[in-house]
Amino acid sequence: MKKHPALKYFRFDRPGNPHLWCPGCGIPQIWYYTIKAIEELKLDIDKILWVGGSGCTGRMCTYWIGDYFHTLHGRPLGFATGVKLANPELTVICHMGDGEVAGIGGNHLIQTARRNVDLTAIVVNNFNYGMTGGQFSPTTPRGAFTMTSQLGHIEYPFDLCKLAATCGATYVARWTTFHSRALINSIKKGIQKKGLSFIEVISQCPTQYGRRNKIGNGMQMMKWFKRSSIRKEKAEKTPKEELKDKFIVGEFVDIEKAEFGASLRGLIKKRRKESVKN
Amino acid sequence: MNKRILSGTHLFQGDEACVEGAIAAGCNLFAGYPITPATEISERLSWRLFDVGGIFVQGADELDSLTIVIGAACAGWKSMTATSGNGICLMQECIGYAAITETPCIIVDVQRAGPGTGAATKTMQGDVYQVRYGSNADYSIIALAPESPQEMFDLTVEAFNLSETYRVPTFILADEIVGHMREKVVIPEKVKIIQRKRAKFPPQEFLPFKVESDTDVPPMPAFGEGYRMPVSGLTHTETGSPSTDYEVQKRMVSRLWNKVEKNVEKITKIESAYLEDAQVIVLAYGSVARSAKSAVLEARRQGLKIGYLRLITIWPFPDKVIENIAKRKPKAIIFPEMNMGKMVREVKRVAGERTKVISFPKPGVELHKPKEIYNLIRRVTN
Repeated sequence: MKKHPALKYFRFDRPGNPHLWCPGCGIPQIWYYTIKAIEELKLDIDKILWVGGSGCTGRMCTYWIGDYFHTLHGRPLGFATGVKLANPELTVICHMGDGEVAGIGGNHLIQTARRNVDLTAIVVNNFNYGMTGGQFSPTTPRGAFTMTSQLGHIEYPFDLCKLAATCGATYVARWTTFHSRALINSIKKGIQKKGLSFIEVISQCPTQYGRRNKIGNGMQMMKWFKRSSIRKEKAEKTPKEELKDKFIVGEFVDIEKAEFGASLRGLIKKRRKESVKN
Repeated sequence: MNKRILSGTHLFQGDEACVEGAIAAGCNLFAGYPITPATEISERLSWRLFDVGGIFVQGADELDSLTIVIGAACAGWKSMTATSGNGICLMQECIGYAAITETPCIIVDVQRAGPGTGAATKTMQGDVYQVRYGSNADYSIIALAPESPQEMFDLTVEAFNLSETYRVPTFILADEIVGHMREKVVIPEKVKIIQRKRAKFPPQEFLPFKVESDTDVPPMPAFGEGYRMPVSGLTHTETGSPSTDYEVQKRMVSRLWNKVEKNVEKITKIESAYLEDAQVIVLAYGSVARSAKSAVLEARRQGLKIGYLRLITIWPFPDKVIENIAKRKPKAIIFPEMNMGKMVREVKRVAGERTKVISFPKPGVELHKPKEIYNLIRRVTN
């Protein structure tokens, strides 16, 4: 039997057999797409750190064969900033859930994007808190049903990409689990970008969100993503009312800007020059 | 100013002395959020750290600060944050994370009057419990209480060494008086520096959380060294794999507890005077100890047999030290502290059956005056 190409990057002694995600979940797909990006860039395993927080998405790092940093719920970007400042040679990839990045860890996202730290932040947006049983999150659409919005959700959702872009991220993109090739390319671009790369991946949670909103299993949810996605370029020419309930996918930001760690190390050089002069 | 050790005699504020202690000990990263009365630590480090090739970050809040500090520590750097009581409240989640991941880091708490926002510019010793028991469940930490700017230097160096040795978050439990007071600080030519234990085995044979028989502290490779470190806040086995098994939990929590509590005698630092013939002992820590010392000296001048004991290490609590003085059967132990009587409970637990333990609480803002302690000594001895 042919072995799955990602298995050589996988830790087999972690909980689950082989992992703890539900059948049809989008997270293992994104795990593999991240591996593909690493493989295609021919990066050294021992110079990559995977960072995660708490929750279904947070567990992604614990299956990565190399160094991993399984941190606090919502705070991977803070911990990752510390690592990156101490060791700028490491490629640091953070996987976070929608609740983490837009809810409890909102300030970490805002500040990390504002500082423009050289990290790759991949946000798995499945519209709910999956691990705790499917409660609404800051990205749950209005009207959706979750365990804590059983009467229909009344809050407005965040547009994560707009948030990241406004805060200063130098690379911002959104794809869904259906857009495998585009997503892998975006992760590659994100890793290579010297600055904060923010990649939102719309992902399926068939066990909680799909079931409660009668969208169906993993495959049916992915078909929903395919049906409802519209490229940014096309969306720009489409009337606003037709964009309702659509996922606008593509690259939103791709700019160059001084990176946080590099700027800080610039201050060390500046002080050295001054002390030589004196 | 690009020297790590600013040898010589200085007139320093406690907060400034703390900065120099950190840099002398090898601190490379500081992240902190402005807060009275600890802000001066950030201000000096914001240029001083760059002079020695380190990095200063102003955190967006206390959570941001401590996450950055822990991240840098896991990448192999010595790192520190500084705050006051309200900031410690916000840091509690990260303190527990540093405890379970066994990450060395220094947290300076320049205590101020509370609760809540309290009186920001005034002093208190209100945080002695929250630094010890603030985060969820069981773990151990180390806390040192300086009484002077000189000790802000000395104990900050010591704190880094202890933190690296035992892989625990270590606190400098100062207060507004010690932080803002200016005094002579002598910085020596050299300071003793301890680095964390590195792995003896090559990566293939290395188990991240396996300890050697003579110690409860595993070696700590940094990220990027090829050891493929699994750092996680979940209960974990020796391989770092998450587990919900009772035996794994028992082994891990016991070790997190024992690695400090079993070494209490090695860690403990105290200062004492006139204990030999003491009928009454005045016990204190931090800035209050200055008033206590003054009162004891006055009592001695008046011919009273009064002893003096100062706890420099607050946590782990030095049971043996208290037990030994209780065995001398003094008439009483007087314990002034700037809170409603917190550490006195520890003293009562250890010495309460052998001798009378008299708490002398003050609720913050105002330090005990030497005269007040002296008057209490008089009342007790009469």
